[in-house]
Amino acid sequence: MRRTLSILLSNPLSVIGLLLVGTVVFSAIFADFIAPFPSHRGAVVDFSNFNQPPHWPNIFGTDLVGRDLFSRILYAYRISLMLGVVVLAIAVPIGVTVGLAAGYLGGWVDFVLMRLTDVFLSIPPLVLAMSVMGVLEPTLTNGMLAVTTMWWPWYARLAYNVTRSESQEGYVLAAEIIGASRLHIMFREILPNCVPSIVTKMTLDLGFVILIASSLSFLGLGVQAPTPDLGSMVAEGGNYLPDSWWLTVFPSLAILIAVFGFNLLGDALRQVLGADQ
Amino acid sequence: MSPVVQLLAKRLSISVIVLIGVSMLIFAIARIIPGDPARIALGPNATAEQVVQLRDKLHLDDSIIVQYANFVSDFARGDLGISLYTNRPVTTDIAQFLPATLELVFVAGLFMIGFGIPLGILSARHRGKAADNVVRVLSLLGVSAPSFVWAVILMLLFAFFLPIFPIAGQISDTLTVPPRMTGFLLFDCLLAGDLRAFADAAHHIVLPAFALSLSGIGQAARLTRANMIETYDKPYIEMARSYGFPEQRIARRYAFRPSLIPSLTIIGLDFAAMLGNAFLVEAVYAWPGLSRYGVQVILRKDLNAIVGTVLVISATFLVVNIIVDLLIAFINPRIRYAERSRP
Repeated sequence: MRRTLSILLSNPLSVIGLLLVGTVVFSAIFADFIAPFPSHRGAVVDFSNFNQPPHWPNIFGTDLVGRDLFSRILYAYRISLMLGVVVLAIAVPIGVTVGLAAGYLGGWVDFVLMRLTDVFLSIPPLVLAMSVMGVLEPTLTNGMLAVTTMWWPWYARLAYNVTRSESQEGYVLAAEIIGASRLHIMFREILPNCVPSIVTKMTLDLGFVILIASSLSFLGLGVQAPTPDLGSMVAEGGNYLPDSWWLTVFPSLAILIAVFGFNLLGDALRQVLGADQ
Repeated sequence: MSPVVQLLAKRLSISVIVLIGVSMLIFAIARIIPGDPARIALGPNATAEQVVQLRDKLHLDDSIIVQYANFVSDFARGDLGISLYTNRPVTTDIAQFLPATLELVFVAGLFMIGFGIPLGILSARHRGKAADNVVRVLSLLGVSAPSFVWAVILMLLFAFFLPIFPIAGQISDTLTVPPRMTGFLLFDCLLAGDLRAFADAAHHIVLPAFALSLSGIGQAARLTRANMIETYDKPYIEMARSYGFPEQRIARRYAFRPSLIPSLTIIGLDFAAMLGNAFLVEAVYAWPGLSRYGVQVILRKDLNAIVGTVLVISATFLVVNIIVDLLIAFINPRIRYAERSRP
């Protein structure tokens, strides 16, 4: 652990990644204390101060109904991160279990489960999430559900590939010979060896969940107003380009910074943990 | 049977199974809709009788298995039903909107190969030096934003502040659009021999296609770099160096070749992502593709159109992946020569 950390800190790119992720997570957790106008996360209207370019105290400017963009971006981070954590908390166990079972048990289990995974993987992720979102009411919970349906297959693939190669190893054979149960071999013997790849992918994916969720709401199929959301902020501001540039530029940069941070960190972890897929 | 034909047969049969699965999945998703699609389509002013009539016409009261069977037999005859949004056959709608999307994705794919792979080679050759670091950060940035963010940023930079490219649309309003033959505008311009229209359409496609391709460029560059660096450690590279071959030649002929195959695989996968992301870019640039239609039919719970659109997009993706697999089979000597080496 200490070794991992010291390797991480020796690479400037990983340090930048850590700093960016740290800032995003910190501002999401402590949004209530950092945001200059905490009430602006909701349906507040201030027509005396609407659509203003950046100035003090609205350092990112104000939106079309006079709300402080900086405060709204902080709260949008909180919701995006929460969505990312919940999606991964559901998608990873499902995907990994499917991949482990298919990879270790083989035969018809392998065929059925991996073809099922292929079905999900051959619908472009965004289109699948859009279709799920389209038939449900656009709420935060349904947004999580939509993103989860498109996310688990990637973990199934990952766990499947690792399991297939690990199954050939001596320690699995040894466990089989002493009569360990299949469940024991899958979850106690093989799973620990999948952990580095899974952790790396989860770090990268926290960024990508934010990316996909903002794409959905950009199309009007995600979290609905007045909940602050980076994607819908960009969509709304897009109609007022180029004059009210701050409406789109700051939320766009906010997405870029968060995802970039998780990518840098994930990349660094991949090198440290040696978890090349 | 030659190994390539065998591979094609295997891939095709798996694709058919997957496509049947996709149709069942999307059919199931589309039928669990809360609320009555007939009521939504007709609007709040429709009478109860009209709703019953439409439900009857759409066979919404049959069991889902009967509905699916009907769908399959219609599909076999090339009929995807009527869209409630446009009141036209879904196949007509898709035939109208899909080519513009495919054209965009295709040009973006060219950008992805044309920029991504050379950048990856450059990065690997100068591993650890400034050029490598710049390419690595740039490609990571490319992957780190949804395509609508790139679309907005590029539009702001290269259409508003530096007005080099047109802001939106597929072709200037002042030009007469050549007659629609293939639906692919660039192609139609060439077929009509109208070079001015072609140049104008090409000018229009640059920004959206580039915005769409940025994450693919980043991914292709990263993957090419990673694979080439692995190859550089192989003994045959050292051998080539000891022969005194120039670095340029070593990179192109010996180090790059084995990494072309994984790069092609990722390009096939990225194609799926681009088909979806095209929705985002099209919305920013008012591109007349499937995007607006897709979003509208989803918002209006237009069942036939949702099922049709998703099915056609998935089929396109599967076809592209089969093409990529065949390309790999042709490139990879282990598959190409498998027959000859067999006793």
